[in-house]
Amino acid sequence: MSDVQVAANNGVNVEALLGAREALTEAPEAAKFVWRAESEWKGGTHTQSNVEGFFGLGEEQNHVREFSYDTDHPEIFASEDKGSTPVEFVLVGLAGCLTAGIAAVAQNRNIQLNSVKATIEAPMDIQGILGIDGDVRNGFDSITVKYDIDADATEEEIAALVAQSQKRSAVFDIITNPTNVNVEVNK
Amino acid sequence: MIARFLDRVRFAGTTDVVVIGAGHSGLAASYFLNEQSIDHVVLERGEVANSWRNERWDSLKLLTPNWQSRLPGFSYSGNDPDGFMSMPEVIDFIEDYAKFSGAPVRTRTTVLSVSKASDGYRVVTDKGTWKTKAVVLASGACNTASVPKVAKLVPSHVAQLTPQDYRNPGQVEEGGVLVVGASASGLQLADELQRAGHDVTIAAGEHVRIPRTYRGHDIQFWMERTGIMNERYDEVDDIVRARGLPSPQLVGSHEPGLLDLNYLAGNGAKVVGRLMGVNNGVAQFSGSLRNIAALADLKMNRLLDAIDEWVLRNSVLCDAPQRFDATGIDESPALTLDLDGRNIRTVVWATGYRPDYGWLDVPVLDRKGRLKHDGGVVDAPGMYVLGLPMMRRRKSSFIYGIEDDARELMSHLASYLHRPNRCDDQYEVGQNPAHVNVAA
Repeated sequence: MSDVQVAANNGVNVEALLGAREALTEAPEAAKFVWRAESEWKGGTHTQSNVEGFFGLGEEQNHVREFSYDTDHPEIFASEDKGSTPVEFVLVGLAGCLTAGIAAVAQNRNIQLNSVKATIEAPMDIQGILGIDGDVRNGFDSITVKYDIDADATEEEIAALVAQSQKRSAVFDIITNPTNVNVEVNK
Repeated sequence: MIARFLDRVRFAGTTDVVVIGAGHSGLAASYFLNEQSIDHVVLERGEVANSWRNERWDSLKLLTPNWQSRLPGFSYSGNDPDGFMSMPEVIDFIEDYAKFSGAPVRTRTTVLSVSKASDGYRVVTDKGTWKTKAVVLASGACNTASVPKVAKLVPSHVAQLTPQDYRNPGQVEEGGVLVVGASASGLQLADELQRAGHDVTIAAGEHVRIPRTYRGHDIQFWMERTGIMNERYDEVDDIVRARGLPSPQLVGSHEPGLLDLNYLAGNGAKVVGRLMGVNNGVAQFSGSLRNIAALADLKMNRLLDAIDEWVLRNSVLCDAPQRFDATGIDESPALTLDLDGRNIRTVVWATGYRPDYGWLDVPVLDRKGRLKHDGGVVDAPGMYVLGLPMMRRRKSSFIYGIEDDARELMSHLASYLHRPNRCDDQYEVGQNPAHVNVAA
């Protein structure tokens, strides 16, 4: 093997991200994004939600295509199970956000990732949503994410990737910190 | 009223340089200006070392050991080099330096405004107006305690204090205290209040955890010897982040060896996440505490690794390496705290400080109110600043760190004054002396 250090390639364009960071520092208005989803009830507890457009860099933007997601509840809730539960979608969002962050931070630190797998568990006492016990909250008791990471790095460097990813994660922030939520009915 | 108005408009004098502030920074600037025989005056709103006299709590000691108390041409001469100065000792030290350096200090002279004038600046004070070619801002980095907006939502029966108002536990009503912030100020006040018998909850955002001593030497010894404190502002990856780092969890004392969240929790404090909001009298804390603690532990270990590597490379004889326990976080740290109940009587905002440039009528602040400067050369011809965190080097905001900065910047200032045809319109964007190379 040669002793020339090979640049890591995790498929993340860090130059573009760093370029965006620099550009948006100069033009903070362009950093204001709006994310959107639309949903429609399909019957029972089944809802279909679609994502396509969003606002950013000062103008309307689009994904390369429309993405569609089904949420429902499992048969043990007497539902038809046409999709994952909405609470599982929250876990999907967290996994996607943290793992993307790990890849980006690893690229920036020139660490080659070979595999990144996560299992997420979130206990919930459904006495809350069923209104059985008012002292039990509706949401998760807690969330535990466990990563198995194979990378060309030390244990400490991997721990630092995971820590930095949490620090910069939007979904981690959304879940760990309060957000004002406004739900209105159009007239 | 009219007399005071007349005082302001009265002409106080013409000089080459007005230095604003007679703390260690302003006095160090004066030392180098004297060395080059540059005519100047040092304006001080109160007495020499004013903020050390009036804006610090009683038990505070310097975070750097006495041997490190050095100013240009001057150093600590007492018999306790490993001790830490109390506030009266710091005041004496800086007063002695003012006498030693013969700085032309005008005390009890408050600067009311600094504005552009032909060939320099107009500095209006409550004792008259100065006309000057150059200005050195040495008014400090900690003029105002920063308090987050959420403070307005704290119920009115709960007292609120900042480290600037706080003097001693006698001021704090019996009962629970929420300390917001886990840097040096937050930890020291939490520890002091806990010892005084208060139930303390400490809300910890991002923090810097370091031990007081390592391998038989003060941490400041290692930070200085390894060159970490000499790291330059134009060499670090992310200067905005480096400048915004909270002060490390240190106390000017050998006990405890590690004033950290583990120590406070061991004495009974409740450690919670960063304060994110107050909703109907209930404080809400971030659920990210575990990661915040992990980040601080990782960073501390990286620093200790760097010291160990340096020791190995330089074959230094010292104690064996050591690693400290990871920060222990409860399985489910509290996410809320009821401020409306009887439990919490006081909130202490140890959430940092910022400089006050309210009197600066020159457009040199960015959209976040930070001074625009390149290593202390302010974005206005003939204007300089000293003493800000990571201004030219990691040590810039330390007493011993002022010497290199002041020497370089006052030499830059001298060449600015001696520049032929120096006048305002000489400096278009890009020609501003801020972009002229400063001797390293």
